[in-house]
Amino acid sequence: MLNIKEGSTSHSAYNLRSVYSDIEERHTLAVIVENEPGVLARVIGLFSGRGYNIESLTVAEIDHTGHMSRITLVTSGTPQVIEQIKAQLGRIVPVHEVHDLTVEGPTVERELALFKVRGEGDHRVEALRLADIFRANVVDSTLESFVFEITGTPEKIDAFADLMRPLGLTELARTGVAALSRGPEARV
Amino acid sequence: MTGQTEQTGGQMTGAKMVVQALRDQGVDTVFGYPGGAVLPIYDELFQQNDIRHVLVRHEQGAIHAAEGYARSTGKPGVAIVTSGPGATNAVTGLTDALLDSIPIVVLSGQVPTFMIGSDAFQEADTVGITRPCTKHNWLVKETDRLGATLHEAFHVATAGRPGPVLIDIPKDVQFATGTYGGKETRPTRYAPPVKGDPAAIEALARAMETAKRPVFYTGGGVINSGPEASKLLRDLVAATGFPITSTLMGLGAYPASGEQWLGMLGMHGLYEANMAMHGCDLLICIGARFDDRITGRIDAFSPNSVRAHIDIDPSSLNKVIRTDIPIIGDVANVLGDLMAAWSARGRKTDREGLAQWQAQIGEWRARDCLSFRNSDKVIKPQYALQRLEALTKDRDRYITTEVGQHQMWAAQYLGFEDPNRWMTSGGLGTMGYGFPASVGVQMAHPDSLVINVAGEASWLMNMQEMGTAVQYRLPVKQFILNNERLGMVRQWQELLHGERYSQSWSEALPDFVKLAEAFGAKGILCKDPADLDDAIMEMLDYDGPVIFDCLVEKHENCFPMIPSGKAHNEMLMGEVSTAHAIEAGGAVLV
Repeated sequence: MLNIKEGSTSHSAYNLRSVYSDIEERHTLAVIVENEPGVLARVIGLFSGRGYNIESLTVAEIDHTGHMSRITLVTSGTPQVIEQIKAQLGRIVPVHEVHDLTVEGPTVERELALFKVRGEGDHRVEALRLADIFRANVVDSTLESFVFEITGTPEKIDAFADLMRPLGLTELARTGVAALSRGPEARV
Repeated sequence: MTGQTEQTGGQMTGAKMVVQALRDQGVDTVFGYPGGAVLPIYDELFQQNDIRHVLVRHEQGAIHAAEGYARSTGKPGVAIVTSGPGATNAVTGLTDALLDSIPIVVLSGQVPTFMIGSDAFQEADTVGITRPCTKHNWLVKETDRLGATLHEAFHVATAGRPGPVLIDIPKDVQFATGTYGGKETRPTRYAPPVKGDPAAIEALARAMETAKRPVFYTGGGVINSGPEASKLLRDLVAATGFPITSTLMGLGAYPASGEQWLGMLGMHGLYEANMAMHGCDLLICIGARFDDRITGRIDAFSPNSVRAHIDIDPSSLNKVIRTDIPIIGDVANVLGDLMAAWSARGRKTDREGLAQWQAQIGEWRARDCLSFRNSDKVIKPQYALQRLEALTKDRDRYITTEVGQHQMWAAQYLGFEDPNRWMTSGGLGTMGYGFPASVGVQMAHPDSLVINVAGEASWLMNMQEMGTAVQYRLPVKQFILNNERLGMVRQWQELLHGERYSQSWSEALPDFVKLAEAFGAKGILCKDPADLDDAIMEMLDYDGPVIFDCLVEKHENCFPMIPSGKAHNEMLMGEVSTAHAIEAGGAVLV
């Protein structure tokens, strides 16, 4: 039969990955869309309507003159579900491109988070010391609190949150993941 | 306006732009219902004669009529509805068209832009409500963008996998003047690929050479691809000698009188068709989507076959059934390439294997799965359709249906020789579809015979369209198989719910003959099998709309049947015990 190659995009069925596994995978997708009203609702509605997972979603305009936005989406599912998600995204009319960064090669993923940590004495010193280890910046400070700004992979931010929790973490804001392929080529 | 030549470009009001764009798209008929938010458009429709407007009696009827028009002509259907309730009434029809991939363009009025979001009178978030039930939709806030959006809408509705689109047009946009640039102004980005991958097509041609038990499984995609696709399919079937079955949606793409025809497959498909699907070693799916009504139990579906799947929508591939040879492309395009590839390799098939396969299929055919016990006392629904078929099959005939047992019997007992002759609600299963659809079909084919095969319960759901049929003198024949039951619901309750017939009978039914007469149409009542032929002839000979009230056996079940949760080779045939036919696991399925 057909020699099924590795790697896949929504616009071709000929490089479908094998969909015979039932193991859940986490994939990061880059979706290039026309920046028109309702486009984000279409994407989100697809996920809620068909019962797919969204772990993280970020969106912003990347080309003002061309009215293009980039949605970075982290989702999970079996290979068959992941292929469905990509194909379903690909047939939304204002969606221009769907890229599965997870299968297209090595990527760099970053998320920004803000942490408000409240405490005094040893806790306060310890929080500051850990922030230094994690290369977090102090962007606001009072005598009884810090706001740290940290950038990193979602795992790094998870780890920092775990450490801050016993030290007085009171509020946390995360941006969700932005991702690009590594290397000189522009894949998207 | 009288006598003045219409401009095709330049400055005009949004309302005029709507009419001009429809004209430029070659639209000759629109179905609709006026209201406050579309008054400017209706004013423009009033002042021209190129486009006929059909006044329906409910917006759902407008959408189904547009669907009937589209499916019987291959052109997009057009409907106009007002804001708020007009748009929400369109939702069922839009969803129906989405699931059956029918190209329709719906124009809805909206409250003026400066009132959007204020809970104005007859305001609804129409693009929000219809987003999941259209292929795409637009809210046009500037008159300058209206023309291009209208043309883009027709393109999106018909390109790739067809579907319904909606344009929401606020009233101030209809009144304001803007620039109209004609058909060429539409954005041209949306262009789904139509040509299949040559390597995949070659792989399929290779598989066809060695297959011992091949079968074509075709669907509505063949019809949607156009007449050329049906012609190529017939050529390919004739050249290979492979047997062919079809979904409900695809009937007519291959003629029912054709030598290789197995009949419809699926839940109420023919025994030979389902057994061929189960036993085949090469399954060639063309423009169908492995719906749950087709596959039965997924893990027992066609267990020993190599599956090829030709579809224009990448999301149809590997959605339900894993495919070995996926081919994305337009059916006509791919079939042309497939025929060329297979011919270039020498048009080989495994003749010995095929002969054995045909012999096996012959044995399955000999089961005569559509046989039923006829009666001379009461009209059996199957018999009524057999007689309808015998008396109409040589005519220029279009059939629509409602949804339920009668629909399945119509698919089983009527033969379709050509595409675009059979209009039925497949994916959504919309009761109330058939009557308005027959109105749309008759508008497109004024001189043809249009019959809506109906059940009395479905038919009542959109019976208000009698007014439309009479107003426009549409001689649509409403052939109602009246069992005074919601027949399919009753059948499932018998099989699945201990014969507790909860709410599945039709009480307080109207006298259909008097109902017809009240609308100014003709009513015919028939209850004796001996009178049936004469009564059908009376219906056919009458030049006008007819309600044919055919009183049939009340407890007839529709067979054969794959019970929920069972496989293709576990069909229930008629006249056998149906006790415990559906197990607990199957009962949860619909």
